[in-house]
Amino acid sequence: MSTDLPSRSDYSHMPADSSDGVTFDEATVERLLQLGISRRRFMSYCAGLASLLALPQSMVPRLAQAATSTTLPAVVYMSFQECTGCLESMVNSFAFSGGTTIDNLILNMISLDYQETLMAAAGDQAEERLLSVTAQSGYVLVVDGSIPARWDSGYFISGERSGVARFRDAAKNAALLVAVGTCASFGGLPKADPNPTDALSIGELMADLGISKPLINVSGCPPIPEVITGVILYYLSQGMPTLDSLRRPTVFYGDTVHEDCYRKESFEEGPLARAFDDPNSRKGKCLYMLGCKGPVTHNACSRVRWNQGISFPMMSGHGCIGCAEPDFWDRLNRNNEKGFYIPIAAGSGHSRGLPCDTCHDDNGGDDD
Amino acid sequence: MAATPNVIIDPVTRIEGHLRIQAHAVPDGMGGGTITDPGLSASTMVRGLEKILQGRDPRDAWAFTQRICGVCTVVHGLTSVRAVEHAIGIKVSKNADYIRNMMIGAQYVHDHVMHFYHLHALDWVDVVSAMKANPTRTAALARINNGTYKPNNGALPNAAYFQTVLNKLNNLVSRGQLGLFANGYWGHSAYKLSPEENLLLVSHYLEALAWAREVVKLHSVFGGKDPHPNLVVGGMPCTLSSNTGTINDDKGGTSLNTAGLATIKTAVARMKAFVDQVYLPDVLLVAKRYKEWADFGATAGNFLCYGEFPDPALVKREFTDGAIDYPAGYIIPQGVIWADAPTTLVPFDEKMVTENVAHAWYLGSDTGEHPSVGETELYYDGPLPDQGRNPDGTSKYMLDENARYSWIKSPRYDSQPMEVGPLAHILTMHARGGTANAQPTDKLVRGYVQQFWINPTAQGGLGLTFTQLNSTLGRIFCRVLETKIIADQIAGRAADRTLGTAAYAGWYQLYYNNKAGAYWNPNTFTRLQQPNLWPVQVGFGFTEAPRGALGHWVKLNRVSGLIDNYQCVVASQWNAGPRDLVGAPGPYEEALRGHVLADLKQPLEVLRTIHSFDPCIGCAVHIVDPDGKPLVQVDVNHGVCSTTRVSDMRCAS
Ligand code: SF4
Ligand code: SF4
Repeated sequence: MSTDLPSRSDYSHMPADSSDGVTFDEATVERLLQLGISRRRFMSYCAGLASLLALPQSMVPRLAQAATSTTLPAVVYMSFQECTGCLESMVNSFAFSGGTTIDNLILNMISLDYQETLMAAAGDQAEERLLSVTAQSGYVLVVDGSIPARWDSGYFISGERSGVARFRDAAKNAALLVAVGTCASFGGLPKADPNPTDALSIGELMADLGISKPLINVSGCPPIPEVITGVILYYLSQGMPTLDSLRRPTVFYGDTVHEDCYRKESFEEGPLARAFDDPNSRKGKCLYMLGCKGPVTHNACSRVRWNQGISFPMMSGHGCIGCAEPDFWDRLNRNNEKGFYIPIAAGSGHSRGLPCDTCHDDNGGDDD
Repeated sequence: MAATPNVIIDPVTRIEGHLRIQAHAVPDGMGGGTITDPGLSASTMVRGLEKILQGRDPRDAWAFTQRICGVCTVVHGLTSVRAVEHAIGIKVSKNADYIRNMMIGAQYVHDHVMHFYHLHALDWVDVVSAMKANPTRTAALARINNGTYKPNNGALPNAAYFQTVLNKLNNLVSRGQLGLFANGYWGHSAYKLSPEENLLLVSHYLEALAWAREVVKLHSVFGGKDPHPNLVVGGMPCTLSSNTGTINDDKGGTSLNTAGLATIKTAVARMKAFVDQVYLPDVLLVAKRYKEWADFGATAGNFLCYGEFPDPALVKREFTDGAIDYPAGYIIPQGVIWADAPTTLVPFDEKMVTENVAHAWYLGSDTGEHPSVGETELYYDGPLPDQGRNPDGTSKYMLDENARYSWIKSPRYDSQPMEVGPLAHILTMHARGGTANAQPTDKLVRGYVQQFWINPTAQGGLGLTFTQLNSTLGRIFCRVLETKIIADQIAGRAADRTLGTAAYAGWYQLYYNNKAGAYWNPNTFTRLQQPNLWPVQVGFGFTEAPRGALGHWVKLNRVSGLIDNYQCVVASQWNAGPRDLVGAPGPYEEALRGHVLADLKQPLEVLRTIHSFDPCIGCAVHIVDPDGKPLVQVDVNHGVCSTTRVSDMRCAS
């Protein structure tokens, strides 16, 4: 698109918050200005995005290109057994931490062609829309919610079609599937014991239906806003991200939240918070004894933080409840008990290289 | 089945959850028609949440129920927390109540604004017409309608600003990628705003997106994240930071440091400003153009409120352990209003709540007359999906009002279907305002109803009657009115001499003054280990959610200390529920009677009324437990106190 887009090397030394030295073709600048976005703000946005995605700054132009292409990538977003929390989260994701009020992803960076909670069309007109956009190929299919295994169970019907049929038809021409949220990624709440509706994760249903397509799990209940959009933009500009064994992008799910938690020093050396609102809670000491699942939960909460870097669960005084993991609702902790306030069992930490006494010695002599 | 439905909306979009609407309109011979009988409202998704809750730790229940709905994320969690607190006899500190009030209040403001702009506006605002607007004239309109509002770039909007919005729309069209705006009922004869009015509202649609992510920061500071912020039985998990400065590995601290408190203050100010400068004037503008909608969408006229926002300012006594003693006044009163006396508040008696499954896909009591200890099982006997259409294009999948047809049960109060939500809130406040117990907020409600709704147009009002509040337009109006009342309650308000109300500091300031106080009742987790001390076996927790009366009932096991049974009767269930055993339609169904449609293939008019309730169907569907009267005072099994369930919480082993 551009003849005077600078070469990548021009960017490699660019500080993350600067747009110095970046030039765009006139058409792109014009289009951005029409949308009320200055070149400078746009570049700082892309630089923030790159650092979030752990991309070298040399990738900024490619991100910028993906974000300003004349034809926006089509995204079809379908909801099944869900609570709309995942979508609410995505709607909050229009700016990056420390970023500007650059306009929203939904209107400017992707073409959100089907999303029942936000779209203008309803009923037959909505169904027509779904059929026509999924008749094209190459769209990204984002799914939230689990899906009941049996099409004839009646547990999910929309537009007179079962969840299974709706999903199968929409997946047919998709280039990529993104399971957003723990319900879609791992079955989540509907699949919690005893799984009354026989709910399946998207990956399980794909296996059942014999659909083999690239799938990215973006788990979390809900996922962090910037992680949802970050993963989509990563795919659009760089292709498939590296995934862990649960098909989650390692850039966001490679570490446990414990690893970046500012309370970690007291996890290792004490003192620990023993009750909510006790003096150690006010000091920001480790919430392990109050049930924190941080050491066994892979997510970016403590690094990226929530709602534009405002806070994350442990910073606001509550332990991690483990929402990004497959066993979120049914995890067995100490004494084989389930519960968000039951400390994780001894040994959970060993596998992660944590010191023994943090898990073993309840008394610890670490109260101060 | 009665006359074959010829108006079908499935899926109903711009709602939370999955909903199908069927109705029959008597054709007018020109493509339109009139709906003369009640419609049919069917929820088509179920998860079975209460079943999942059985046998769980009661401290965990809030996290499960929170996931009933990610839109009303705070209220479902808090209702559960309150139910467990009630079951084990724990009171919470003043700070916990201030924070809970602010979190529920912020949810009202956030949800109601987003409902108006993102879920409802496109029923009234024609985006295609907006593209014909003149930006200069739109800027002039903005100066009149929203004179003080400075959009997020910090300046009053001028012609260039509206040109930018136009460019955005043109961009979508020129790319041929209409995205979310594709396939709307654009150009429908029922759209009445001028191009400039349409463009102004489209610009606020966009502004509200950016605004929304700022106000949820309140939830994020107090609860660590949003949606689904963290809560805890016995108070709040957040606490004042010992380190007022930046949080880091060495200095530690919590989100309630100087920066966090400032974030909340800013969020509160933004809430109030947007409601005053944008949401309220915009609703009044739309109402002026669509006044005839005060004649459509009435329900039977019975309203129910559980009550919400216990006012910590009315606390009488603070206990040594941090717990406080009410009676507190509720900003939204608890009570019932019957159709034959719309200005009289009748006391609420929870024993009169029943549910029945006559038309819902569950096995269980059809009559809803008695509590049952048995379980209600999921039982789908509706039509099969995936059958395609008949050769003439009609549906093979049709729900029958005489059979079971929804995953929502029918709750009834004193055997009557009740409307809940903003209209009920305003009517109950209005009614209490006429009694000796009138709160300042009741006086404000009465003043605003008079000023904006009843006053003649010459005086700037809409010139409508009090009775007309029970309508599609009335629901929208009551929603913005309560948003204003609540935003001011959080942020504070000046004295109003005309209405005779004093200045109020607001919950944020009152909390701030008390911020060093207790956040959590330390007896809570100990208490959970002593089931023999629990005062009642069935805990009842309620909130008045943005969409209306929400109640959870939790029955704890006195041996294991775990949950035996859990039941929710929620707001949208009252409004969206199906017919009952005697065939009385639910509020959505009743409200469709009398609608005149210009085009049966584009049932915009039906959407307007359904959307005016702000459907939240995920909330409504999850019931699998005992039906009948939900509050059951079962004999308490004293003497059994062996639970080791929460012993882990003790420091010493
Ligand atoms: S993952 Fe969590 S937030 Fe997302 S739909 Fe499921 S319950 Fe809701
Ligand atoms: S256990 Fe939890 S609170 Fe403690 S350091 Fe790890 S993540 Fe942070």
